[in-house]
Amino acid sequence: MQQVFKRPQSLKDVQTHFCPGCHHGTIHRLVADAMDLYGVQDRTIGVASVGCSVFLYGYFDIDVVEAPHGRAPAVATGVKRARPDSFVFTYQGDGDLAAIGTAEIIHAANRGEDITVVFVNNTTYGMTGGQMAPTTLVGQKTSTSPYGRDKSKDGSPIRMAELMAQLGGVAYSARVAVDSPKHVLEAKKVMREAFGYQAQGKGFSFVEVLSACPTNWGMNPLKANARIGEEMIPYFPLGVFKKEEA
Amino acid sequence: MSKRLFVKGNEAAAMGAVEAGCRYYFGYPITPQSDIPEYLSRELPPLNGEFIQAESEIGAINMLLGASATGARAMTSSSSPGISLKQEGISYMAGAELPGVIINISRSGPGLGGIDASQSDYFQCVKGGGHGGYHIPVLAPNSVQEMYDLTMHAFDLADLYRTPVMLLGDSVIGQMKEALIPNPRPVRELPAKGWAVRGKSGAEQRVVKSLFLGDGELEAHNWHLHAKYQVMKEKECISEEYETADARLIVAGFGSVSRIAHTAVTMARAEGMKVGLFRPVTLFPFPEQALAQAAARAGKVLVVELNTGQMVEDVRLSVGAAAQVSFYGRPPGAGSLPSPEELLEVIRKNYEETAR
Repeated sequence: MQQVFKRPQSLKDVQTHFCPGCHHGTIHRLVADAMDLYGVQDRTIGVASVGCSVFLYGYFDIDVVEAPHGRAPAVATGVKRARPDSFVFTYQGDGDLAAIGTAEIIHAANRGEDITVVFVNNTTYGMTGGQMAPTTLVGQKTSTSPYGRDKSKDGSPIRMAELMAQLGGVAYSARVAVDSPKHVLEAKKVMREAFGYQAQGKGFSFVEVLSACPTNWGMNPLKANARIGEEMIPYFPLGVFKKEEA
Repeated sequence: MSKRLFVKGNEAAAMGAVEAGCRYYFGYPITPQSDIPEYLSRELPPLNGEFIQAESEIGAINMLLGASATGARAMTSSSSPGISLKQEGISYMAGAELPGVIINISRSGPGLGGIDASQSDYFQCVKGGGHGGYHIPVLAPNSVQEMYDLTMHAFDLADLYRTPVMLLGDSVIGQMKEALIPNPRPVRELPAKGWAVRGKSGAEQRVVKSLFLGDGELEAHNWHLHAKYQVMKEKECISEEYETADARLIVAGFGSVSRIAHTAVTMARAEGMKVGLFRPVTLFPFPEQALAQAAARAGKVLVVELNTGQMVEDVRLSVGAAAQVSFYGRPPGAGSLPSPEELLEVIRKNYEETAR
């Protein structure tokens, strides 16, 4: 009998702590799949950020450095410059990357650091209990936007993948979603492509992943999943925004 | 015989870092320390090192955190307002027990303040600075030679105790030029960095972190850090004494002001006053015992600082009831650096009070 599906080698054989319907587990798997593809588990140093994903060292069987809130791209810069032979990625949420860590992500990207950034956009601060994020959609109600995000006061949600594509140091920038088998397969391809840029030493790669936070959205997993296609993708279009040729 | 150079304090610190094996520097321009990034931007690339002018002080300290996590010797430098921004990263490094050297050529404040010689950041540097109740060793050079020697020492302390270490100077120490003998780095036996991330390479996973959520984990971690501070207090105190053996009055000061006080003490001796100088070189750990002994012999300590009174608190804690403690301070600002004659007058007044 042929085995057609198994746990990636880069993931530990443990259960995650994530809420039912949360997509971190799926995204972890996609990252591990890409690491396995290039056989880099043994020389990978992951940089964990502040948020629900801080515990990634509990799930990935790799060396990990924990970064202060928003600072993962700067920490990853220090790691990669000191150990250029290592494979370095950050895994950050939208509050971490697009609010408190804006300076760090813009400048690590602009310097063209040879790292990969996985950016999980679920339009809210998950770990702190569902507050308004820089990616929260206009009109979306959160615990700190009880009347809905007001564009005139709170601004518009930031489209990070497009913004990254404008920077000279960025080799690859894309946005994917993980709300359907089709999208997950596309995301897998994109994640592999992004990690491939680093594997070949081609520079900074960025993958934004639209994902669900059913707990803080106040939805069951099915409804939360549906919201990605109905509300998020129309504002955050999927696609590859920059792909530098070798 | 080693050659003799004539260099700035800031350059001496950068040279000491290179001699200590530091090949990674991350910084941001700020007066009066910019000679350090300028020097290292020139000197590190030919040594296969890395220099990054970071997007911010916050970026720089976190690059240091990342480089240190791999086990490499790495450094950043800044001045007071920039050090404020670095406090988050310093706290994380202290929590994750990461070595690293931070040079603080401090300036005057609060706020944008000014760029004059100042000691108003004693509390910030010595009492923790960031959140979480940690300490880091703080070294206070008072010469160009010490900028070089103590920077090398800072790297050794950092690796030995797995802690960030700060070198605290000011514009007087950083900007003045003096003779420097660039002696080779002293050899000190240091532990292997079995904690450093390197890519698993088939071995056990390594994680550098400061988050401890398990029952009792964080309390145990804090007691572990506390125990390290106790060892530092026992083993790593450095101080210098001048004419204290028969002194009836001890003048205590660190860094730049200790140079002025040294001249004033010499002048007082010429007038027949039995006055000595006590200079803490390590501000954390504070040389409590050495000061307590000198103070008990003399009976009185005059603390001189370029602020309104900060180190004086540690002096009072150190000497307890064994000696009387008085204070003379000049808060920082243009024209506020005391002259030796000014300090001599203060010494006279304090000495006369002890004679009464």
